[in-house]
Amino acid sequence: MNAQAPVNAVRSGSSITTRRLSKTFNGMTVLQPTDLEIPAGQILVLLGPSGCGKTTLLRLIAGLERPDGHDMIRFDGEDVSGVPIEKRNVGMVFQSYALFPNMTVAENVAYGLKIRKVERTKREAETRRLLALVGLEEYADRRISAVSGGQRQRTALARALAIKPRVLLLDEPLAALDAVLRERLRVEIGLLLREFGITAVYVTHDQAEAMAIGDRIAVMQKGRIAQIDMPQEIYHRPANDFVADFVGTMNRIAGRVENGVLTIRAGETMVRLNVGGPDRPTTLCFRPEAVRLTSASGAVVARIAAATFFGATQRLVAEVTPECRLQLDLPSSLSFTPGQIIPFDIDPAAILEFKARA
Amino acid sequence: MDSRRFDLFLILPLAIFTLAFLILPLARLTVEAGSGPQGLAGFFVILTEARFRNSLIVTLILAIATTVATLTVATVAAQTLANRKFSGRGLLLSMLTFPLAFPGVVVGFMIILFGGRLGLVGSVSKSLFGANVVFAYSLFGLFLGYLYFSVPRVLLTILAAAEKLDPSLVEAARSLGASPLAIQRDVVLPALFPAMYTGGALCFATAMGAFGTAFTLATAIDVTPMLIYTEFTLATNASMAAAISIALGLVTWAALAIARSRAMRDTKGA
Amino acid sequence: MRQWTTIAGIAITALLTLFLVVPILLSVYAGLTVNYARGISAGFTFEWVRQVWDLYADTVWRSLVVALLTLALTLLIGVPGAYALARKGGRFARAVEEIVTLPVAVPGLALALALILSYGGFGTFRKSTLFVVIGHVLFTLPFMMRSVIAVLDTIDWRTLDEGAASLGSPAWRRFVDVILPNVRPGIVAGALTVVTLSIGEFNLTWMMHTPMTKTLPVGLADAYASMRLEIASAYTIVFLIMVIPLLIGVQLIAGLTERRTKS
Repeated sequence: MNAQAPVNAVRSGSSITTRRLSKTFNGMTVLQPTDLEIPAGQILVLLGPSGCGKTTLLRLIAGLERPDGHDMIRFDGEDVSGVPIEKRNVGMVFQSYALFPNMTVAENVAYGLKIRKVERTKREAETRRLLALVGLEEYADRRISAVSGGQRQRTALARALAIKPRVLLLDEPLAALDAVLRERLRVEIGLLLREFGITAVYVTHDQAEAMAIGDRIAVMQKGRIAQIDMPQEIYHRPANDFVADFVGTMNRIAGRVENGVLTIRAGETMVRLNVGGPDRPTTLCFRPEAVRLTSASGAVVARIAAATFFGATQRLVAEVTPECRLQLDLPSSLSFTPGQIIPFDIDPAAILEFKARA
Repeated sequence: MDSRRFDLFLILPLAIFTLAFLILPLARLTVEAGSGPQGLAGFFVILTEARFRNSLIVTLILAIATTVATLTVATVAAQTLANRKFSGRGLLLSMLTFPLAFPGVVVGFMIILFGGRLGLVGSVSKSLFGANVVFAYSLFGLFLGYLYFSVPRVLLTILAAAEKLDPSLVEAARSLGASPLAIQRDVVLPALFPAMYTGGALCFATAMGAFGTAFTLATAIDVTPMLIYTEFTLATNASMAAAISIALGLVTWAALAIARSRAMRDTKGA
Repeated sequence: MRQWTTIAGIAITALLTLFLVVPILLSVYAGLTVNYARGISAGFTFEWVRQVWDLYADTVWRSLVVALLTLALTLLIGVPGAYALARKGGRFARAVEEIVTLPVAVPGLALALALILSYGGFGTFRKSTLFVVIGHVLFTLPFMMRSVIAVLDTIDWRTLDEGAASLGSPAWRRFVDVILPNVRPGIVAGALTVVTLSIGEFNLTWMMHTPMTKTLPVGLADAYASMRLEIASAYTIVFLIMVIPLLIGVQLIAGLTERRTKS
């Protein structure tokens, strides 16, 4: 996977630093003071539900919104807080693409170079190079209205890259596309961004997209960053309940730990989990794939309510008690019938514990 | 900041023009209206003096009659034309909207050709009954003239709304056994109300302020705009003309404002 | 099966069409007959049209000049103004729009009176064609602005503007390169409306004109009052020839934009 940006990438673009960056609209704080450090060449994904402040953070970095105070955003250590977007030299890919309907595909890509007074032959060569890069050479002279959604998306990307921006900012660039195209393009975009080695901030609400593209992911909640880390860490070590729920599926078992054992009463049977630590009310969390069938004594026992075939795996909905339903991923080679009772283990290393919810 | 200066640059021509040629003159008009021999009472002359009051009443009746007739005819025609495809539809629509660009004087002339001394109706009636029917210079002629320039505008407004009406609504009402009149009352008209308010108010405002038609027909009926003209040019009584202008302007503006708020409320309620 | 309501609807529409169209045809016919009172038997002639041209050609040219100047000013004032109001948004923009639209509600005579009272003292200005032009701009500006605002409402101009800004384009250049080309349908429709309305404007012009600044409708009023029916009709034909192509243009453009937004 992409734990780090590939070492062979040519680093380009600036580092981004925010210092207590905040934004208030009409007395409503949509972004709490945020400190962020994005090294040059890194791809940071801002992930979160709508209204979490991710787009505001992106627009602040872009210069489309003014931050609450001075010296809150720096590119390569240089304060850009008061610089409007047109002087900030950022590449921006909009959710709706913001392609100019009055220009062709090539004219759109060339526009930023024209503004920069790049001489005509050079401009055309550069435009051709970028169109080739995104596979749109044949569509150069088409009107925007005459190309497909995926082609528009690529045009928007090429246009943003053409100006050799200090940072590339992408605001839900795949949201307007259908599922199949989205999946293909997110791989392509990930590869392209790494090839360019450009500093990028990528906003999405789709966790799979975030995992595929980000060097790091910042999960945002209610105007602040809940957790910022590499994708694996976010997935396996979510910092809190919210992150755990937002990224992937999470099972929960609530109960009380006494003498190091969590006990759940299920009719006649008792489920015991050895977790250690002091006595406390708690909720234990684990991912669906952190289980394995076992015949050993002391296993957790659950009744299968439903099974959904996923290809390599199948997802079982299993009840420990009527209140405690779990989702379990098991190899699809095994066959189960609803009503069947299965014993299983939870990988102790994969168990997470958050403070009991109020 | 750069963007603020640009906003200023965009709005500046509009601001200068509006201030110099709309707000300032309207203020001047108000001052003039209050500076006649009667002073501030001049504003109420349109109500206190019989000649002016009668003129306002006739104009109001004429404008209301025109609005009601126009709305009725235009609503029927709009529903007939909406979503009905036939050859020559575009041409028909064009012809129905030509009078939009006709100044009142031309409309007056059209009415003269229609019902004047040498008019079509007169010559037909003469050959049939031996009597030359002339109505162009009467109140009825004036009414027809107002109808002539009102219908196209209102028809376009209601036609646009009628074409947006979802035909499945009517089909649903029919499947429930509603009669054509019930469908009109319960389904179609409520959907057309916003357009009818807007169109009706514009029609009323235009009728209140219309001048050219009455001028050409040269009737004995003094509609209020005629009064403004005669007060100003013949009686050279500028402050009286100004006071009547303001009263007339307030009536038309209020009609438009009320209609717009009602249309907005209906659109939101739907 | 046709219901009686449908038949009644068709009948009323047909009568309405006759009511609106027959007088136009009558005026064309009357302007080309040798003698209207004697009817077709007298024959047809272009003599009346020629006489109209001799008598009133100057009003035709003046109307064209006034319409073009009006158009130029409404473009200069209305297009940036409409964009400024769209950018500003909110209560302020609505209030400004309300004020600017006032000339649609306030009777033309009242506006003309207000202008004369305010600027009647400036002799040269008062007597110039420009004075009439100002009146026409006042009256037509709301139509230009509404037409542009209507198109701005259908395009995502804010994102287009932000897109151009992200590429380094300064504000005025974004306006020229991106906003103007994309509101062109609204500008063209507005322009045709403005020219049509200006050519037909009478209420304001009748009050504001001087013997040296007569426009076509003022000439028409003159002819209707003092000339024989054939000349009045022939003059009306000249007016129709000027206005009808513009009206058809407005409709063609409306049809085009409607089709474009539907696809």
